[in-house]
Amino acid sequence: MSSFVPFWYIIITILWTGFFILEGFDFGVGMLHSVVGRDDAGRRAAINTVGPLWDGNEVWLIVAGAAMFAAFPGWYATMFSAYNLALVLLLAALIVRGLAFEYRGKRDAARWRGTWDMLMTVGSVLAPLLIGVALAGLLGGLPINSDQNFTGSFWDLLRPYPLWTGVTLVLLCLLNGAAFLCLKTTDDMRERSWQAARRVAPVTAAFVVGFIIWTHVNAGRAFWLNVIELLAILAVLAAVWLVYDHREGFAFAATAVTIASCIISIFADLYPNVMVSSTNPAYNLTVHNTASGGYTLKVMTVVVVIFLPLVLLYQAWTYYVFRRRISVSDFQAPPTAAVPEPRSAVAPERPGMTPQEESHVRES
Amino acid sequence: MNVDLARIEFAFVTINHFFFVPVTIGLGFLTALLQTAWYRTKQDEYLRLTRFFGTLLVINVAIGVVTGLVQEFQFGMNWGAYSRLVGNVFGAPLAMEGLAAFFLESTFLGLWLFGWDRLPKKVHLLTIWAVALGSVLSGAFIMAANSWMQHPVGYTMVNGKPQLNNIFALFTNPVFVWGYAKVLLAALVTGCMVMLAVSAWQLRHGGDRGVFGRSARLALIVLVPAILFTLLVGDELGVVEGKYQPMKIAAAEAQWTTCQPCSFSLFQIGGGNNDQTPTEIIAIPHLLSLLATNHWNGKVEGMTPLNNQYNQQYGPGNYVPNVFIQYWGMRVMAYLGALTLLISLWGLWAIRRKTLVISRVFLWVATWAAVLPFLMNTAGWFLTESGRQPWIVQGIMLTKNGISPTLSTTWLWISLIAFIVLYGTLGTVDLLLMLKYSRDQLPPPRTPADEDQPVPAVLY
Repeated sequence: MSSFVPFWYIIITILWTGFFILEGFDFGVGMLHSVVGRDDAGRRAAINTVGPLWDGNEVWLIVAGAAMFAAFPGWYATMFSAYNLALVLLLAALIVRGLAFEYRGKRDAARWRGTWDMLMTVGSVLAPLLIGVALAGLLGGLPINSDQNFTGSFWDLLRPYPLWTGVTLVLLCLLNGAAFLCLKTTDDMRERSWQAARRVAPVTAAFVVGFIIWTHVNAGRAFWLNVIELLAILAVLAAVWLVYDHREGFAFAATAVTIASCIISIFADLYPNVMVSSTNPAYNLTVHNTASGGYTLKVMTVVVVIFLPLVLLYQAWTYYVFRRRISVSDFQAPPTAAVPEPRSAVAPERPGMTPQEESHVRES
Repeated sequence: MNVDLARIEFAFVTINHFFFVPVTIGLGFLTALLQTAWYRTKQDEYLRLTRFFGTLLVINVAIGVVTGLVQEFQFGMNWGAYSRLVGNVFGAPLAMEGLAAFFLESTFLGLWLFGWDRLPKKVHLLTIWAVALGSVLSGAFIMAANSWMQHPVGYTMVNGKPQLNNIFALFTNPVFVWGYAKVLLAALVTGCMVMLAVSAWQLRHGGDRGVFGRSARLALIVLVPAILFTLLVGDELGVVEGKYQPMKIAAAEAQWTTCQPCSFSLFQIGGGNNDQTPTEIIAIPHLLSLLATNHWNGKVEGMTPLNNQYNQQYGPGNYVPNVFIQYWGMRVMAYLGALTLLISLWGLWAIRRKTLVISRVFLWVATWAAVLPFLMNTAGWFLTESGRQPWIVQGIMLTKNGISPTLSTTWLWISLIAFIVLYGTLGTVDLLLMLKYSRDQLPPPRTPADEDQPVPAVLY
C-alpha cells in the first residue's frame, strides 16, 4: 500500500476543514444578515462583509469533493450515491444562496430583495446542516452491502447522531458568523452582532460538548478523549468566555479552532475507515479498499503540493485587501449594480439635477 | 428506466450549465480586452463598456458557478458504478480543475468586483485577466476528462479497472487537443455574438453610438476569425473522431453501408434507426469523404459493418447510437455555423462601409442572432455525447452499467423534477436579469473631477 494513501486522507481532511473554517462564517453571515441588519442598508452591509470572499470559499467544497473523486473513487461513489437526495437538497440550498448574493441587489424592489433575503437565510442554514449530517453519517454508519453499495432509504440518513452533528455545525457557523460580523462592522450593527454572539455561544458550547462525547463513543476506541477532541471542548469554552469578555478577534479565532477541531475529530476517529457499514463491519469502506492507484495519487500529490499553497497565498491576499470594516452608512443609497455614483465627498451634487434625476442615474 | 432517467437528468443539467460556460469564457475575455483598452488609452468609453458588460458577465458567472457544483456531484450521485471504475483516471483532471482553475476564477472575480477602488489600476486589470485565465484553464481540465471518455488514453487495465499510468497522455489526446480548441473558439463566438447582440439592441434603441459602436466593432472583429476557425477546427475534430469513434461519424451521416467515395447528404427524410434507406435525399458528391477523412476519395465505414465488428470485439449487442440525433445534431451545428459566418461577414462589410451603427436591418438580425450560438453549442454536445452511446467510456464501459446500482427509481424522479423546477425558475430569473441589464442605460461618463478618483467598487 502506497504511503500516499494516508497522505491523501490528510489532504481531504484539510480540504473539508478549510471549507468549514472559511465558509463557516459565510454561512453564519447568511443566517444573520436579516437579524443584524435592521433595514435594507444594514442587510446590504452585512452581505458585503463576505461579498468578495464567499465565492472563493465555496470552491473548497468543490475541491474537497473532486479530491475524493480522484483519490478515493470508491468512497466518492458510495457516499454521493447514498446521500443522493440529501445532496439534491444541499445543491438547491447552495444554488439559491449563491444567486442571492449576486442577484439580490440587481432589482430595486422590496419583494425581490425580501425573497432573496429569505432564500439566503434558508440556504445558509440548510447547507451546513446537511453537510454536517453527511459527514457524521460516515462515522455513524449507513447500511452498506458487501459490494460497497448503499442499501438504505432516505430516512437512514437522518439518525440522531448525524442530526446532532448537523445542528452543532449550524450553531458553530452562526457563532463564527456573529464573531466575524463583530470584526467587520461598526456601531449599532457591531452591537447587534455581539448580542447575537452572546445568545448563541452557550447553546453552541453545549452542543459541541455533546457532539464530541457522542463522536468519541461512536468511534469506541479508548475511554479518554484524544487531543483533538479535548481541543474542541477547550476551544468552545474559550470562545464563550471571549464572547462575553467582548474580545472579538480572539472570539473569532477560538470559534474557528472549534470548527476545525470538530471536523478533524470526525475524520481522525473515522480513520482508517472512510464509511462505516451498519450492516456488517466487514463491509466498511476503508482508505485501502477505496483508494486510487499509486500513480494517480503521486500525480495528484504533485498538483496539490504546488497549487494548494498558491491558493492559500492569493486567498490570504484577498482577505488582506478587504480587511476594512464596513459601515452601514456606505449603503444608504439604493444598490447600484452597474456603476455606483462616485463618492459624493469628492464630486458634490451634479449641478442642475433634481434629487429624482440623481437617484435615477444612481439606479442605472 | 433508471438509466434513461439518469441520462435525462445529466443531459438536462449539463445542457443548462453549458448555456453559461461559453458566455463566461467568451465575455470574460472580451471584458478583459475592454478594460485593457481603457487602461492603455484612458478613454472613458472603454471604462463604461467594461462596467456595462462586466455586469452581464457577473450575472452569468453567478449561475454558471452554482450549476457547475451540480455537475461535480452528478457523477457520484447517479453514476456511482462509473465513478468507482474510472475515478482514478477521470477524477484526476476534475480535481486539478478545482485546484488550478476554479479557485483562481472565483477568488479573482471577487477581487475584480470589489477591488475597483482598493487595488492599483494595473493590479486590478490583472485580476480580470486572472478570471479569464481561470475560466479558460477550467475548460481545459474538463475537456481532458471528457475527451478521455471519447477516446481513453494513458491507462492500463488492472483487474478489469483502468489505471492511470500517464497523465500527460490525457492532455496530448488528439480528441482533447481538437475538442478543446473547438470549445474555446465556440465560447469566443458565443461571447462575441452576445456582445454584438446587446450592442445592436442598444444602437437600435438610442444607445450611445460612440460607445456601443465600439463594442459592436470589437465583437465583430473577434467574431470573424473565431467563427472561421471554429468551422475549420470542427472539421478536423470530425476527422479525428472519425478515426477513434467511427460509429459516431457514420451515424452523423446516417451512413449504414461503407462508402468510397462518399457524398454528403445536405437534407434527407428517413434513414434512421428503424428505416435504413432514406426516401428523399439531397447530396453533394465527395464532400463527406473530404470532411471525414480529408481525402477526395476517402472511405467512410458504415454503421452496419461497424456494428458487426463491435459485436465480435465486445460481445453481442447494438452499438449504434441514435441516428436522428446524430444526423440533425451535425447539421444544425454546421448550418447555423455557416449562417453565423455570413452574418459576421455582413457586419464586417458594414464596418467597412461605415454603416454599422445605422444599418437597421443588420442590427435587427444581429440582435436575434444571439440565439444561434446557444443552439449550435447544444447541437454540438448532442452530437458528441449521444454519438458515444451506448458507451459511457468508449470501449471500456457501457452507459447502462455506469449507474449507481442501488439507486431507486423514485429517487431519480424526485431529483430530476427538483432540478427541472429549480433550473426552470432560476434560468428564467437569470434570463430576465440579463435582458434587463442588456437594455439598461450605459453608466454615465465620468466628470473631469472624478478622473483622479478611483472607480467605485461593485457592491452587492
